[in-house]
Amino acid sequence: MSEQSQDYTTGQHPDLPAPITSTGVIGWARINLFATIPNTILTVLAVLLLLWLIPPVIDWAFISADWSGQTRDDCTREGACWVFIKVWFRQLMYGRYPVDEIWRINLAYIIAVAAGILLFVPGLRGKPWIGLFLLAGFPIIAFYLFVGGSFGLPDVETPLWGGLFLTLVISGVGIVASLPIGIVLALGRRSKMPVVRSLCITFIELWRGVPLITVLFMASVMFPLFLPEGMNFDKLIRALLGVMFFSSAYMAEVVRGGLQALPKGQYEAAQALGLSYWKMMGLVILPQALKLVIPGIVNTFIGLFKDTVLVLIIGLFDFLGMVQLAGTNPDWLGFAIEGYVFAAFGFWIFCFGMSRYSQHLEKKLHTGH
Amino acid sequence: MAVDQVAPAARPPFFYDPRVRAIFFQVLVLALVILGGAYLVNNTLANLARQGIASGFGFLDTTAGFGISMSLVEYSEESTYGRVFLVGFLNTILVSVVGVFFATVLGFLIGVARLSRNWVVSKMANAYIETLRNIPLLLQLFFWYFAVLRTLPSPRNSVELFGSFFLNNRGLTSPSPIPEAGFSTVVISFAVAIVAAFFVARWARKRQEATGQQFPRFWAGLGIIIGLPLLAAIVTGFPLSWSVPELRGFNFVNGMVLIPEFVALVVALSTYTAAFIAEIVRAGITSVSHGQTEAAFALGLRRSPTLRLVIIPQALRVIIPPLTSQYLNLTKNSSLAAAIAYPDIVLVFAGTVLMQTGQAVEIISITMATYLALSLLISGFMNWYNQKMALVER
Repeated sequence: MSEQSQDYTTGQHPDLPAPITSTGVIGWARINLFATIPNTILTVLAVLLLLWLIPPVIDWAFISADWSGQTRDDCTREGACWVFIKVWFRQLMYGRYPVDEIWRINLAYIIAVAAGILLFVPGLRGKPWIGLFLLAGFPIIAFYLFVGGSFGLPDVETPLWGGLFLTLVISGVGIVASLPIGIVLALGRRSKMPVVRSLCITFIELWRGVPLITVLFMASVMFPLFLPEGMNFDKLIRALLGVMFFSSAYMAEVVRGGLQALPKGQYEAAQALGLSYWKMMGLVILPQALKLVIPGIVNTFIGLFKDTVLVLIIGLFDFLGMVQLAGTNPDWLGFAIEGYVFAAFGFWIFCFGMSRYSQHLEKKLHTGH
Repeated sequence: MAVDQVAPAARPPFFYDPRVRAIFFQVLVLALVILGGAYLVNNTLANLARQGIASGFGFLDTTAGFGISMSLVEYSEESTYGRVFLVGFLNTILVSVVGVFFATVLGFLIGVARLSRNWVVSKMANAYIETLRNIPLLLQLFFWYFAVLRTLPSPRNSVELFGSFFLNNRGLTSPSPIPEAGFSTVVISFAVAIVAAFFVARWARKRQEATGQQFPRFWAGLGIIIGLPLLAAIVTGFPLSWSVPELRGFNFVNGMVLIPEFVALVVALSTYTAAFIAEIVRAGITSVSHGQTEAAFALGLRRSPTLRLVIIPQALRVIIPPLTSQYLNLTKNSSLAAAIAYPDIVLVFAGTVLMQTGQAVEIISITMATYLALSLLISGFMNWYNQKMALVER
């Protein structure tokens, strides 16, 4: 007890504020940064590391970077040459898609984003219909917009597709196709019919056990052999088929996790109500099982989105492929880092956004205790 | 309730019988699969015949006629395609094993840092995880290979690390060990020491279970494993010398070189996978409820035995299954080697050999079967380990 407290009689001590060293910024820092001596050393080391890392990066990316110009001669300063990105921006986004037709891609983007925003509006009715439109109706519209050849739109060959646009097309097709196929495979794997079950297990384990590269290799060199003479698939369609098989196998395992997590009583209750197999699955089991595995589904989507860059190995020019192509252009040699940083930033935004959306959805759909 | 006059239920028609339906449905599926398969095989055979591509596995004995930049076994241009497969396979294994090791170490460190009570350290770990997890591995690989390692200085201006490692655009040059006469004695004594340590640990555990007396088995084991080979080395007069790299002319002589493709692949695979492992480790440790720590303290255990005997064994149970799938992912991701020309199985076998022979069906099948076997092997081993660690319930 200090002297101060002796000025008061017992029980009359006024409520003093907490000492300044345990509140506010100082208190926070004492608890979180300098709690013990090793902790203090750790903090100092970490701050030194940050000071060593961050200023040069900021200097390179912003302060001494070149922002304006048209050719590589405009990049005279020490830092990054963002002119490179500016000049190649259209190719990085749309590949070699004809300039006059780019509005078609943008229109599809606008439809998708508008529908996506509607999904976020709180309290709006008919959200399931919007979701259904995005999964079933939108792909059809997008197909006619991108491919053309009807409704007075000129034809655009798939070898002209590229950049971020191609990345979105491949991952979009993979996502939209993998969910229904994955659900069917998961149901098949849990079926009581031995033939169906073993076929589904073989299919799932085969694709899950091999890397996507070998699947894409297979798609590009073996699929043509499978087809009858004279019939041939587009390179893009072959890659899409490979991606679809691969991602639906992963999706099947995620959905199976949800099916297994449901208590047996749900199945028995549905059967007791006299529901047929498909009604039981569609009305009782799947809505609950899919809700349980939303994080897993979104993680699969994120993984698929990142994996689509592998198509550059079989010669499709997706976002990263376009960056590589631009970086090896003789007029623009030596700007690989700028290209990679830009591509990394683009991928990061999409993946980070998806993971945050899944966390939001998980919280919102949580109806438990 | 009067139940009079209810006609005995007529047998429903046979097509409503679930068993009949199941059989019919399965026969239908099987028939469709067989028909589809036969159609594809037929097409393939016709196509192969038309293009004049040989079939069968005879090509494995043909001379390959191309060089490979890195090989763990003897390989020359006169070697066969079968040898090429072996070289690629071993390179895949090598990069996976090294990658798994570094990814585990880095991942556990970052996972623990993420849980640190130090705000700066925990935020830095979080930033690392969120950045690396959300960027495609191939992009990171390109960054390390094309933007970092390929822009390193030439051998003459190498970056020197610890005096005897040299980093330059031809790779990482490091000293290489040269075994001399008597080295095998040291190796044998090392093996003997491991077996001995194993038996000491078993004896110590049995004694503790029987009598409750503790034995410092970790330190005893470490002492045996280090001490016995050291003794053997002293007796035989240190039969190992190092070939230290020296700069002569434009390049290094002596020592050994890790090719830049290998370095880039290991760095990219381990830093990327470490981000996932860190999250798994964090989830595992947070899954052990705080009551466990409090209970251990209440029993009078100190901090280190609490961690070692109470927290970690329970956390490991949660960590091991997802860790297995990360190891599997790393092994499969090592196939990205093809993009930066590291001579793994995909590049040299499914790439070069396929280009030379054109036997797509055989080569892709062998490659896929190899990965499938590797996956099954790793998951089998980890399942065994998981069963050993899992909670034994009544």
